[in-house]
Amino acid sequence: MLRTNLTHILSEKEHSELLDNNENVMICCGRMGPMCIPVYAEMEELEKEYKHVKFADMEFDLPDAKVIRELPECRNFFGIPFVIYYKNGKVVKATSSIQSREQITSNLDTYLNHHE
Amino acid sequence: MNNHFDVIIIGAGAAGLTAGIYLSRAKINTLILNEGTAGGQMVLTHQIANYPGIESISGYELASNMKRQAQNFGCTIRANVKITSFDLQGETKKVVVNNKEEYTSHAVIIATGGRPRPAGVPGEDEYKGKGISYCATCDGDFFQDKEIVVLGGGNSALEEAVSLTKYAAKVTIIHQFDNFQAFEHYVSEAKKNPKISFIMESKIVEFIGNEKLTRIKIQNQKDLNTSEINIDGVFIFIGYVPNSERFEGIIELNENKEIIVDKNMNTSLPGVFAAGDNIAKRYRQVTTAVADGTIAALSAAEFVNNIKKNINIEESI
Repeated sequence: MLRTNLTHILSEKEHSELLDNNENVMICCGRMGPMCIPVYAEMEELEKEYKHVKFADMEFDLPDAKVIRELPECRNFFGIPFVIYYKNGKVVKATSSIQSREQITSNLDTYLNHHE
Repeated sequence: MNNHFDVIIIGAGAAGLTAGIYLSRAKINTLILNEGTAGGQMVLTHQIANYPGIESISGYELASNMKRQAQNFGCTIRANVKITSFDLQGETKKVVVNNKEEYTSHAVIIATGGRPRPAGVPGEDEYKGKGISYCATCDGDFFQDKEIVVLGGGNSALEEAVSLTKYAAKVTIIHQFDNFQAFEHYVSEAKKNPKISFIMESKIVEFIGNEKLTRIKIQNQKDLNTSEINIDGVFIFIGYVPNSERFEGIIELNENKEIIVDKNMNTSLPGVFAAGDNIAKRYRQVTTAVADGTIAALSAAEFVNNIKKNINIEESI
């Protein structure tokens, strides 16, 4: 299990339930490595600010993480973490490799904007 | 939280956290402000095997230990904040975070570290994570039986090129000079590896692809001729740039934008010290950052104690 304070997704079933129960979801699929840890840390901070978004992580090497690894949106990805933004269960944005806070918030604001 | 501290440290890498440990242990009221994850470049290192007294440890774990040690001595750490403005000129230093919270102090230690140097050519942003990587241990396994390039000629480039041969069918090292800056044993390991070849005196001038990187344009530095080669991935290891831009014009920097300090880590501004990968020096290691942080902390402590002594004398008159 990843050593973060985020919600951990451990199976395909949990992944599916998370998408069913939340309109806006951001999942970081990675390892406890140099390119991934900064993204988890940003997500932990942003979780307090973006209360309408469910933030979660998934260990890249879990067999069930194929629900992310094998997404068509990730077919050209060659760098972890794979970060997926879902709206109403659909992938609306996917990024590969380390992302800055500005890049993450830009994606959250653009793709998972909050409709009052 | 009282917003006045004896010392504010900007940056929570090896230098900043070490300074935090020393100052807090000496009962100097200390705040560390950090814009990203605490740990700095340490966190970007998978395994550290040359930190004295610790045979092997992940960068993440060493950083976590340092952070916890500083906090246990009473150091306040605020990570993932945005430093929106600061005033280091006067006797009272001011740092504003998130556009609203102002912190003041007698002294400031700038320990903002550095970041991996990008190639800085067209296509780099577009193909990051889609063929371009800065971490061999993170992304090496995506390039099983592929042909890849390692850009750079220092220790990291040569060492990572050898490690990438575990996965890749072929590794080509591209370096801008006719000789390597890496230690000889890294060079000889690379040279005797049958999967590694070399293109010397050349630079990558463009990354090209469609949805992923497919080829690169390289330029020979002697005749300036360009050519293209098909490639599956490029790993970039061309050193670091100091995180010092925002201090330009405030404290003295050298031509490489590194902060100039004296042997006690004093910058050109009284009460402002600097430590770690952002200062002008030859070697950048966790151990040298720790040493810099120690010196900066001891200097800042002396500076603060003198100020407090003067305040007490003035009050007693």
